[in-house]
Amino acid sequence: MTTQPQDRSQPEEKIGVYVCHCGSNIAGTVDVAEVREWAGQRLAGRGVAVARDYKFMCSSLGQELIEKDIKEQGLNRVVVAACSPHLHEGTFRTACGRAGLNPYLCELVSIREQVSWVHTDKHAATDKAKAVVSGGVERVRHHEPLEPLRVAIHPATLVVGGGIAGIQAALELADAGKKVYLVEREPSIGGHMAQFDKTFPTLDCAACILTPRMVSAGNHPNITLLTWSEVTEVHGYVGNFTVKIKQRARHVKTELCTGCGICQEKCPKKVIDDVYEAGLGYRKAVYTPFPQAVPKYPVIDVANCTYFRKGTCRACEKLCPTGAIDFTQKDEELTVEVGNIILATGYDLFDPQRVTQYGYGRLANVFTSLEFERLTNAAGPTNGAIVLRDGKTVPKSVGILHCVGSRDRNFNNYCSAICCMQSLKFAHLVKERTGATVYNFYIDIRTTAKAYDEFYQRVLEEGTLFVRGRVAEVTDAARLPGEEGKLIIQVEDTLAGKQRRIPVDMVVLSAGLQPRADAKATAQVFGLSCSADGWFIEKHPKLDPVATMTEGVFIAGCVSGPKDIPASVAQGSAAAARVLATIDRGEITLEPVRASIDARQCSGCRICNTLCPFGAIRFLEADRVSEVNPALCQGCGTCVAACPAGAISGTGFSNDQILSQIEGLLMLNVAYA
Amino acid sequence: MTATDVSPAEPNHNLRFLEEVSAATAGVSRLEMCIQCGTCGGSCPSADDMDHTPRMLFAMIRAGMRDEALRSNTPWICVSCYHCVVRCPQDVHIADVMYTLKSMAVRAKLYRDAKAPEFSQTFVDAIENYGRSFEFGLATRHYLRHFPLRLPGMAPMGLGLLTKQRMSITPHRIDGIDQLKAILARAKELELTS
Amino acid sequence: MTQYLFYPGCAMESSARAYAASLESVARTLDLDLAEVKDWNCCGATEYLGINLIPAYALIGRNLALAAQQAKQQNGSGAHTLVASCSACYLNLAKADHYMAERPVLGDRVNEALAVGGLGYKPGTLQIRHLLDVLINDIGINRIREKVTRPLHGLRVAPYLGCMVPRPDYDHRWSDHEQPDELDRVLRALGAEVIDFPLKSECCGGHMPQISPNTAFELIRRLLQGADQYKADLIVTVCPMCQMNLDAYQDETNRHFHTRYRLPTVFFTQVMGLAFGDDPAALGFGSEIVDARPALARIGTAPASPGGAQPRAKIEGLPFPGRRPEERER
Repeated sequence: MTTQPQDRSQPEEKIGVYVCHCGSNIAGTVDVAEVREWAGQRLAGRGVAVARDYKFMCSSLGQELIEKDIKEQGLNRVVVAACSPHLHEGTFRTACGRAGLNPYLCELVSIREQVSWVHTDKHAATDKAKAVVSGGVERVRHHEPLEPLRVAIHPATLVVGGGIAGIQAALELADAGKKVYLVEREPSIGGHMAQFDKTFPTLDCAACILTPRMVSAGNHPNITLLTWSEVTEVHGYVGNFTVKIKQRARHVKTELCTGCGICQEKCPKKVIDDVYEAGLGYRKAVYTPFPQAVPKYPVIDVANCTYFRKGTCRACEKLCPTGAIDFTQKDEELTVEVGNIILATGYDLFDPQRVTQYGYGRLANVFTSLEFERLTNAAGPTNGAIVLRDGKTVPKSVGILHCVGSRDRNFNNYCSAICCMQSLKFAHLVKERTGATVYNFYIDIRTTAKAYDEFYQRVLEEGTLFVRGRVAEVTDAARLPGEEGKLIIQVEDTLAGKQRRIPVDMVVLSAGLQPRADAKATAQVFGLSCSADGWFIEKHPKLDPVATMTEGVFIAGCVSGPKDIPASVAQGSAAAARVLATIDRGEITLEPVRASIDARQCSGCRICNTLCPFGAIRFLEADRVSEVNPALCQGCGTCVAACPAGAISGTGFSNDQILSQIEGLLMLNVAYA
Repeated sequence: MTATDVSPAEPNHNLRFLEEVSAATAGVSRLEMCIQCGTCGGSCPSADDMDHTPRMLFAMIRAGMRDEALRSNTPWICVSCYHCVVRCPQDVHIADVMYTLKSMAVRAKLYRDAKAPEFSQTFVDAIENYGRSFEFGLATRHYLRHFPLRLPGMAPMGLGLLTKQRMSITPHRIDGIDQLKAILARAKELELTS
Repeated sequence: MTQYLFYPGCAMESSARAYAASLESVARTLDLDLAEVKDWNCCGATEYLGINLIPAYALIGRNLALAAQQAKQQNGSGAHTLVASCSACYLNLAKADHYMAERPVLGDRVNEALAVGGLGYKPGTLQIRHLLDVLINDIGINRIREKVTRPLHGLRVAPYLGCMVPRPDYDHRWSDHEQPDELDRVLRALGAEVIDFPLKSECCGGHMPQISPNTAFELIRRLLQGADQYKADLIVTVCPMCQMNLDAYQDETNRHFHTRYRLPTVFFTQVMGLAFGDDPAALGFGSEIVDARPALARIGTAPASPGGAQPRAKIEGLPFPGRRPEERER
């Protein structure tokens, strides 16, 4: 599927040049009339048949000028000298298309961003504008009419990550009648939201609002739920992805398992649950992470199961009433075809052990935010009782620290967006359940979204004490009487202007969010890039937050940066909407600016294969040459530059076009005329 | 060749004091990056004895409160333990700014308590004459002048140090003292103001 | 055998002569070759920096220049390790080297001054390290343990590393800024029982006894209280200033607070020498104001403590990373 240059129907070019004033943006510095006159006269021998200048070329009237000339003067090339192509290349190409000229025979050269906005010397700027126009004229002579690429879209979608964002995306697609594969690494979907007790600002019970969605996703006829699974390979391109999914062996026959739970009840091997219980509670070697797990089938943790380690026990097998335990099960590999992929793999919590001065890991009654969530959760290790690490003492005073590992050049530079609200939520829960004295230690209170600041007011009313100061250290080394046996929070109360030592029973660290530990590896599988912090990069931070630079791969939720549940849900829906639009159209069109390899000149060295950042070049073994897949190619030009044989050219950026433009810029075209 | 001739009443003064302090600090101070979080003030082991917490002092610098900042005892009470420096989320070179303020206060003679600057000067005099520190000379001069009442109570300690040969009554002079003097003389002519 | 350049600092020949004596003995035992920088001058401690910036750095710079020169003469390449035993000297040397690189104009001015004395220093030429760093990372804990002939069983020690060694740590050589465990590990290798001492990197006050006694005594008191709380017999330190403050000013501190602490403070090389079987007097024991010899009598009075970190008080209840059998990784 390569673009074939069409035969030129006219033997010579008839070029229209349009110089825009852009009000005073260009005309204030560049003498646009002079440029237009120069182009019309000096470049007439290079094919310029008509030259005009106009106040705002991008206006309807401006566009109509072009259309009229195409129709009446039979122009077959157009050069517009105005703003940056980023802004109006599409506008002028479409105008040409309306007049019956192939849009790719139009070239927009910038005499604003590259001339009038960066120079003050009017003579020099005018001369430069002429050179830029000249370059454009030379280039456009080599333009070929091109057709956008059309790629068929497979109607199935892969959603990776079964947290709230992934579930939302999957349900949107499934409810629209489309097939979805929902892949989740853990034994159950639910993600981090399933760990929480209440959610801000409404104090909805997290499980109560999440589990109905989980159940819908689990039961939906259009959703194939693949838990305890991971995506291992992705091949292909937008509309046509081939994905390999490893389904790890649960060692439970799901067709027989009723979810009765006897296996985990009777299992003698208890281990600390580092995932769902955040290390604060236990689970068995055969387990479902929580009672409302979807699917309900347990898994056997092979690393800790006594049978797999020593060959003994087998209690679960003996006691299962339906004989569903199967130690011989093997991992399976499943291959699926999908048209689009949505990545919603979520976040990891910053490890506060790295902030030594807060004592987490050394001082027993310092808790992380996720540990605290498990503490407050009614289904957690203490059945929702807020107690100290001894499991029974109710604290009389609690300190909650904001910004742990966030806004900190020593750890993560960014703000984690949700911790202020989360800290306020914690304050509320402590007050409500224990009546303890609560202190929140903050740098700023960031309560920006709907009903958030009202929540802050509520917490103030409830009597939580706010100290504006980033905590310097948490210690058990008593210095003054009254400090023995307590955790001392040492902080500067910046509003009072004094250093304070505040004894408390319990400290909760609002730790920041970070990318998953294996985010980079995941990005590579899907052909995405990560920012310096490790978050996945969206196509445009403001105008395109759920798309990525890889066509057909979308992102939703915290995978691209910290955000709260409403934003994650919105992004899940947004990604699903984008996918639905392409499925509905049945095909998408891609810009035809692509690299293409001249097989006659290719020596088969394969340098381009590894250089391509999008994995768009493959090697044809039979012919011993490389070939560009236009659907994956983004037209970056890396291979074009790298090819030692010069065998690669870019449609829309061919060597002829670029070299001619350079000659035009240097005015070599008129030097000897 | 310092900027001591800038009047505090000058309204456009604000930024200049901050720039002055930044320029005269070793390394890149990053003073302008301070978000006033208070970690420095919270970490400081001697904060209770300071007129202003380190954070407050930086707010004063940025507000152009030159006299007040240079009169504050804060830099003199700083023990250079570097807790603030390693914990600061914005990588501000706090302890080094303290040294700058000390030297600016000395040049402007704006400190309130002369003990610390005079101690430093006495110490420095010994180095400039011998190339090594001379504790006995330093201690006697300093305590006689500033802590005469402590001397009787410190006699056992002083005698102890002397008898255990942990303090020498005579100074040790390095061979290259002239070389050092020449280097220091030239160094004094060089200032860091940009 | 690598030869290290050595910068002793003013205190080594006077107030910290026990450090010098014990270091000499330990260096012999461990085959550590320390070549003193010829005609070094005082680093200026924290005093010169408070008067004037360029002279302060030029003062330090002369030592760096001399050391670099000496390295070049001795082994031609000029790149070498400069070891300091005093924490303040160590920080000053490291700081000068670091900032001369970070801010080239500073480096230029300092070199302009040094040039008058026929010297010059290019930042980065020397690697500046503390003595403890060299012992742990180059000699190694195993070799130290091998040389122990008289394990210090029964001796409870508080490992006091002080503030200027683990901070600011420009070259990232120390395990942690807050709770560094290097000194703990050495003392444990000697067989001593290392107490729980969370104040191990808190400041002793430096020159504060001369400036603001109230501040100084409070800082000293905190350390004594911390060591006393867990029943230390001995405080072990790496810096002459820390030793001086905790030892020589202990009486004044006691008087100020009406306390009765009696905690001897010695240098880590002294206890190393002791464990290597050297004679205490030769190691400078007895030169401390608060006599350490009663503490030494406790050696051998108790069996070896179990290897590994001292477990904190056991608490039943919810799991906790600090209590897990698998030690947390760094």
